[in-house]
Amino acid sequence: MELVLIGLNHRTATVELRERVAFSAEQARTAASQLRERGILEETLVLSTCNRSELYGVPPEEAGNSVADLEGFLASFHQLPLHELNQNLYRHRDREVVRHLYRVAGGLDSMLLGEAEILGQVREAYRAALDCGATGPVLNRVFQGALEVGKRVRAETDIGTRPMSVAFAGVKLAERIFGSLKDHRALILGAGEVSEQVVDHLGDRGIAALRMANRTPERAKELARRVGAEVVAWEHLDRALDWPDMIVTSVASPEAVLTRAMLAQAMEARGNRALFVIDLGVPRNVEAGASELYNLYLYNIDDLREIVEQNKKARQAEVPRAEAIIEEHVEKFFVWRAGVDTNEVLKSLRERLTEEREIFLRERLAATPHLGEAERAQMSALLDDFLNRVLLDPAERLRGERELRRKLQNLEALRDLFRLDQRKP
Amino acid sequence: MANYFVPATSIVYAISLALYVWYLYAPRIAVGYGATLCLAAGLALHYLALLQRSRMIHAVPYDDLAGSLSLFAWLLAATYLALELWHRQRTVGAFVLPVVLAVFLIAHRAAGSPVTPAPAKGPIFAFHVTLNILAYAAFALSFVTSLIYLMQNRLLRGRKLGAIGWRFPALDVLERVSRSSVGVGLVSLAIGVCLGFVWAHRLFGGYWHGDWKVFVTLVILAAYLAYWVLSRTGTWRGARASRLCVANFLLVIFSYSIVNLYLSRFHRFF
Repeated sequence: MELVLIGLNHRTATVELRERVAFSAEQARTAASQLRERGILEETLVLSTCNRSELYGVPPEEAGNSVADLEGFLASFHQLPLHELNQNLYRHRDREVVRHLYRVAGGLDSMLLGEAEILGQVREAYRAALDCGATGPVLNRVFQGALEVGKRVRAETDIGTRPMSVAFAGVKLAERIFGSLKDHRALILGAGEVSEQVVDHLGDRGIAALRMANRTPERAKELARRVGAEVVAWEHLDRALDWPDMIVTSVASPEAVLTRAMLAQAMEARGNRALFVIDLGVPRNVEAGASELYNLYLYNIDDLREIVEQNKKARQAEVPRAEAIIEEHVEKFFVWRAGVDTNEVLKSLRERLTEEREIFLRERLAATPHLGEAERAQMSALLDDFLNRVLLDPAERLRGERELRRKLQNLEALRDLFRLDQRKP
Repeated sequence: MANYFVPATSIVYAISLALYVWYLYAPRIAVGYGATLCLAAGLALHYLALLQRSRMIHAVPYDDLAGSLSLFAWLLAATYLALELWHRQRTVGAFVLPVVLAVFLIAHRAAGSPVTPAPAKGPIFAFHVTLNILAYAAFALSFVTSLIYLMQNRLLRGRKLGAIGWRFPALDVLERVSRSSVGVGLVSLAIGVCLGFVWAHRLFGGYWHGDWKVFVTLVILAAYLAYWVLSRTGTWRGARASRLCVANFLLVIFSYSIVNLYLSRFHRFF
């Protein structure tokens, strides 16, 4: 029941190599099927995202160097020279496999610490492997644990809560003011790249209505068409300011596009309902004095960058708590596996001793031909009773052992002393 | 006879408070549920503590300062729990529970002196007192949410949210919770005051007796009515209305303490 993993990610391989080693959904199914057909793995799962390609598996008990077999398979599957692949791969066994996967699911191994997408990708990879019957009891358990870890890390730590991009920080700040954005409206001035990102995030958060204005109307129309927004003529901007609850501006302009007077007028027209203004322009698009207006919240690009920096540090500070959750689940997995192991070892031990009993009886009874059938049966039954009595107490103690390390040591000792592993075909 | 429900309630409220604070620091789902469940359990125990005390002193809970404060704490906790379930927002709990626990502990530390039952009895009187205390509890809740509003507003305007700012409820939510609490308080207080006038007429044959308590209560009613109206106007909406709400609550504290203890002639502790 050993676990193995080989893979590469954004830390060990260049994007070019990652692209060459990536698996499409169809390729992942084919690879999983080939790995089992060739007897390299009994259970297998391929996890492939833009930042990583990983092969998880449980090799057969009699397998020799399964990691080397996996490397060879990966190289041949993607038609790459083995030496080129080898220097970019990481290889893990057993406990390290589980820990690595749980870190991946928790977003700790991601390029953007704590990103949420990876959990969905792990779920999808697991579902695909499960559907094609590539996983078994061990991988099922490990991946179900990984999904639980991912959920717990995000629910119980702040690793994924605080925004890590300027655009998302702006939208999250809007939610700190308005709560749900479903009843609020936004006006976008300018059609820069960050504005586009803000618009996408606003769409994701269900903003009620969007309007756009740009000096070049064609660009505004194009973006507006894509996101389902209305276009406002640039010349009528001052009249459009009392409509939105949020204004995002990123206009290339040497002087302020929104003056304090314009915004004061807008605030008056909207009865001083809160207005959130994100100024992404450099130089700034909003006159600095506007931030003093009552119920107007003004953030410029530097404010948002500073928030993102603070959030990065805060996410980093959450890592120990996430690691603690991961360790808890790694331990949980091995407790489960030790439980499964105990039953297997006890079963093997009983089979082994039953075989010995057969040999012993055969030898001894051969030397005593005068014994009748009934006496022979009685001796056999007596030996059965004796075996049961001898095994009962150790079996109970082994099952009841709470300390994992001691349990594993005892199991290992039994395997070793009775040569249980050598009995397997 | 010892009232064992008092220490039990204190312990359960304290656990609930610890869980709410923990939830604020690390929003684990299980911790949040635990906090809410402990609060519900605390409310049940608190009710039994009030019941037990009433049986022991042969008087309704609001007949003395201790009972009145304890009932106030119970109504505050109940109002908060209802609003928490309604708004699905647990972060405010860490700020409300200290008030509940402190008032409860003060109430039961103050208990001890023999109680002279109030001359007034009956359902109208009971509603008069209970509705007034409910109103004060609702005003206390609006006070807490207004304070959080002011803190959150300060963090947002200062552009430094820190850990706490990302966990506080949105300004809009806080404003709505505050307004709805004041709404509950206004209705309760208005009905409670009317019932008080009805009872006074029955007891003394007139509506007005120049009692300070009545006068201050009417001022409180007017002050919260002003908040209710002003918080919807352009000039006051937002932080100004929240400051007004905080200031109004100082009047409630004044009424509850100085007026009750030293100025009122026939209103004693409620």
